Amino acid sequence: MSELALAEATRRPAPRPAIVDAAADVTTMIGRSLRLSLRSVDGMITALALPIMLMLMFVYLFGGALRTGIAYVDYVVPGVLLVCAGFGAATTAVTVSSDLTTGVIDRFRSMDVSGAALITGHVVASVARNLVSTALVVAVALAIGFRPSAGVGGWLAAVGVLALFVLALSWLSATIGIIAGSPEAANGFTFFVSFLAYPSSAFVPIDTMPSWLRGFARDQPVNTVVETTRATLTGGPVGSVAWHAVLWSLGIIAASVAASGMLFNRRG
Amino acid sequence: MTTDLAIEAVGLAKSYGSTSVLDHVDLRVPRGGVFALLGPNGAGKTTTVRILATLTRADAGHVRVAGHDVGTQRREVRRRISLTGQYAALDEAQTGEENLRMMGRLLHLAPQLARRRAAELLERFDLTAAGRRRVETYSGGMRRRLDLAASLVGEPEIIFLDEPTTGLDPRSRAAMWEIVTGLATTGVTVFLTTQYLDEADRLADHIAVVDGGRVVAEGTTAQLKEQVGGRRLDVELAAAAGPEAFATLVRQLGPRAVTADPARRTVGIATDGTAAHVRALLDEIDAGRDRVAHFDVHTTTLDDVFLALTARPAPAEVRPIATENPSATEKRSEHV
Ligand SMILES: Nc1ncnc2c1ncn2[C@@H]1O[C@H](COP(=O)(O)OP(=O)(O)OP(=O)(O)O)[C@@H](O)[C@H]1O
Ligand SMILES: [Mg+2]
Repeated sequence: MSELALAEATRRPAPRPAIVDAAADVTTMIGRSLRLSLRSVDGMITALALPIMLMLMFVYLFGGALRTGIAYVDYVVPGVLLVCAGFGAATTAVTVSSDLTTGVIDRFRSMDVSGAALITGHVVASVARNLVSTALVVAVALAIGFRPSAGVGGWLAAVGVLALFVLALSWLSATIGIIAGSPEAANGFTFFVSFLAYPSSAFVPIDTMPSWLRGFARDQPVNTVVETTRATLTGGPVGSVAWHAVLWSLGIIAASVAASGMLFNRRG
Repeated sequence: MTTDLAIEAVGLAKSYGSTSVLDHVDLRVPRGGVFALLGPNGAGKTTTVRILATLTRADAGHVRVAGHDVGTQRREVRRRISLTGQYAALDEAQTGEENLRMMGRLLHLAPQLARRRAAELLERFDLTAAGRRRVETYSGGMRRRLDLAASLVGEPEIIFLDEPTTGLDPRSRAAMWEIVTGLATTGVTVFLTTQYLDEADRLADHIAVVDGGRVVAEGTTAQLKEQVGGRRLDVELAAAAGPEAFATLVRQLGPRAVTADPARRTVGIATDGTAAHVRALLDEIDAGRDRVAHFDVHTTTLDDVFLALTARPAPAEVRPIATENPSATEKRSEHV
């Protein structure tokens, strides 16, 4: 018996509180997801090229025809940032789904790694990825004449609102990734999120839309975030829309965390 | 608590919807050595492994693995086992070394210990040179070795290997056999599944043959061979005898025909190998002494056992040796 206990002790490190182990797993999984993101060159290029092309297209092709009250480039950049972030976050659905459809997940499970650690890894990597790509898009925007009037406070607020929304979208995407039966199906979600940017004030003012669409366009989450970002960056009146943006994000996070936990445990 | 069994499964059952995949499977796997679960495609091997390795819950039955109940003591079981699935469970975009180090970290080894363990395992599996390359550049054999290495980071008591050599070339297969044999000598229990009889024969101390979700035979290789008779008489009919004569012969022999190959007009028949029995059989088959062209007596192989146990009656149809023609095995299991 004592011989057995000794063998056990050399095999496994001394027991630590479960919470320490759980935190260690989360750290390991974040490291894994970050590394995998960095190495997915295609993913990075798509996530960057698409929003930048979109921005150039809107600014140079449509910009002349659109009347928004301010320089169109100043108007459209918040929308482009959001499409960029939304698209990048939505790819999390694909990465989670591929993890769950390859054998890797079985190994993690048989090692008692929790679903929460795995998903958190994906979500944190997604947020990090998107902050980097957002910064790059902003740099391109500045280069083509984006001149926001915001001070440091305005920028911080804009980044905060955007980051919170990216976190919400990433967690939602991860949940969709758990539900989707295949990475291809999960990929459909990226289109859905990108689509939500069109019936919003991201590219054109809402009062140019048909009246039946305006209510939806005004209150849907993407629009509240776009308007908040735009207002904070261009120094416009922020108003209650900022609270709507924050509440939408928090609501989506809460629902996704709960749903992903439940769904993950039910699988298999 | 102290038991000499590594794995004990009683009355295991599992169905997906209305399809029954496992139907009252009992397994007793002694501690130490290699245990092989042998069966054709779709027999339920992977399902069994997944249940034993805590990944799937059985619908019915009791399973104890390493002395703990897989239903109620998952955590305890998981601390003592490792699983190498049928398909490689690795991150393609990470290097071999990174994959192994990640496993170490997930087992809560300190960083430098995880690093050392990774280096050790790369060395042991002849992957040191490839350790810094991404897994996506590995060959099938290297991937398999790394996959197995990844499951050994935690020094488990029981190692599950689901079809460890499927898809490997003969050289890689031999290398894998050597690794498995080596593992067994370190005192761990290896539970492997295979479709290959020579593999089970070569590696395993104990074998359970599964087919259609049931254990159809169990024992040491010697015991299994005994069940079918020690020897096999192969007779080849003369070309002049024609296909009807072949069909008649197979029907006449019934279950005694272990193999039947109409293309080569060959039937394998169980015998004890004595001259008297072989002579009697030949007389029975060929009273007129004009039908049998050649015969051959040889020691029973596990192939014979396997075919005798898993073959469904299919008179005058090809019942080839399973290892030589996997596609035919697959076809057969689809009839289930
Ligand atoms: N998740 C599932 N849903 C439905 N049917 C399943 C599922 N998993 C397995 N099966 C069915 O159960 C049967 C046994 O499958 P299993 O994978 O255990 O066989 P196997 O012996 O491992 O076969 P192979 O040699 O091809 O790997 C098959 O008929 C398979 O179609
Ligand atoms: Mg299988």
